[in-house]
Amino acid sequence: MAAIKEISINLALRMKILSNIGKYFLMLSVVFTRPEKMKIFRRRLFQEVQNIGINSIPIVALLSTFMGGVIALQTAANMTSPLLPEYTIGYITRSSTILEFSPTIISLILAGKIGSNVASEIGTMRVTEQIDALEIMGVNSLNYLVLPKIIGAILFFPIMLIFSIGLSLIGGWLSLLMANLSNTETYIFGLRSFFFTGDIGYALVKSIVFGFVIVTVSSFYGYYTKGGALDVGKSSTQAVVISSVVILICNFFLTQMMLL
Amino acid sequence: MIEVVNVNKSFASNQVLDNVSTKFETGKVNMIIGQSGQGKSVLAKCIVGLHEVDSGSVLYDGRDFSAMENHDRREIRKEIGMLFQGSALFDSMTVEQNVMFPLSMFTKMTKKEMQHRADFCLDRVNLLGKNKLLPAECSGGMQKRIAIARAISMKPKYLFCDEPNSGLDPMTSIVIDNLIREITYEFYITTVVISHDMNSVIEIGDNIIFIYKGQNWWSGDKKSIIQTENPEINNFVYASEFMKDIKASMQKKV
Repeated sequence: MAAIKEISINLALRMKILSNIGKYFLMLSVVFTRPEKMKIFRRRLFQEVQNIGINSIPIVALLSTFMGGVIALQTAANMTSPLLPEYTIGYITRSSTILEFSPTIISLILAGKIGSNVASEIGTMRVTEQIDALEIMGVNSLNYLVLPKIIGAILFFPIMLIFSIGLSLIGGWLSLLMANLSNTETYIFGLRSFFFTGDIGYALVKSIVFGFVIVTVSSFYGYYTKGGALDVGKSSTQAVVISSVVILICNFFLTQMMLL
Repeated sequence: MIEVVNVNKSFASNQVLDNVSTKFETGKVNMIIGQSGQGKSVLAKCIVGLHEVDSGSVLYDGRDFSAMENHDRREIRKEIGMLFQGSALFDSMTVEQNVMFPLSMFTKMTKKEMQHRADFCLDRVNLLGKNKLLPAECSGGMQKRIAIARAISMKPKYLFCDEPNSGLDPMTSIVIDNLIREITYEFYITTVVISHDMNSVIEIGDNIIFIYKGQNWWSGDKKSIIQTENPEINNFVYASEFMKDIKASMQKKV
């Protein structure tokens, strides 16, 4: 009896996951329609670039600088073999930053900041009937609320990525100088060694995909919130957790598709 | 006129609306009353399309709203104004921006024209001069009035009010009730009010339908609701001691 109960619970859970995936894609089909008025869409887009992008710059700057510093220090600390040239520190710092740390780690951090913000904003609008008010007026609420966020994220995440890479490399350089583990010329030589421009393209694609994932998954959980303030909090938490998981899964497949 | 024809609605195994049919006349305040949990809000949400009906139809001046695709429904929704229970004003916008929002979305008015219309609507609800306030800076009664101003900004043909008096003091309730009645007569619109406030029913209700166990249990006007011997309605109307006393004194007079 207990086994049957467990199986039925598992089945229900799987059905819910499948139903949510279906609902997510249906939501996207409604989001990607022509905005009612381009003038209003443009205004909303600028607001979202401000909310999603510009407001995230301080946290990205802080994290990137310290992250670059730590990568450089750890690489230097682990270079025990005298056969390894000193410029390897710069080379590894650059590769780690461009390929993984800036696009993925920064996106995971932003999933927390932007994801909770988007889910709670839309979730609050749902429970206070503001979304119903939009629908009653004849506004396509998904298109009005979510599309500017998606376009804003797609436009601004690559800019934030380049900004993060730059600050991370500067952080690495500063930490090496302060710890007296390398000099500027060797570090820059390392940064420029074996440079493959395709890596930047790979990082940019990742940042666009992750930006899209964060905004759409969070909007999904916000939009389908049911209940009251407590449920807005739950949706917000779910949005962050699921966005992070989807980012990690997408990261795995993108790496396999683009690097191997 | 809005016609509701044999509407059924269930949530899982719970049948909330059971073959409801009614008509809401133009130029009158049509009230949907009933106890909590009997299906009045679900009926209203089915009428405006926030819930899909399981069967039956909703006709707006003969146009079958329930059979329409989303795109066509949006055209009818532009003719609908709605006052929500919690006002549902947009937090991030000022009072004026809230009122101008539907105009900026759906009309080709210039900013000056929109401003003029917003001023007219705010003046109509006695809130002219409060244009630049945020909803959070307004009282509950003011928020309801702003929501009414927003609802009438597009000159709607149909006005829905979901418990317009909830959370308001008696004086403010009367102000809101009078406003709804005046707007209905002045602009000759079809107004549907969901309420369980008997004061409002007696004050402004032209046509009344009583929803009980998801059915259109009774319909009539405000005089007949006082006089009816229907036990379910009497339980609802004369639930308070005060109303019971009034009934007793009326019977004594008779």
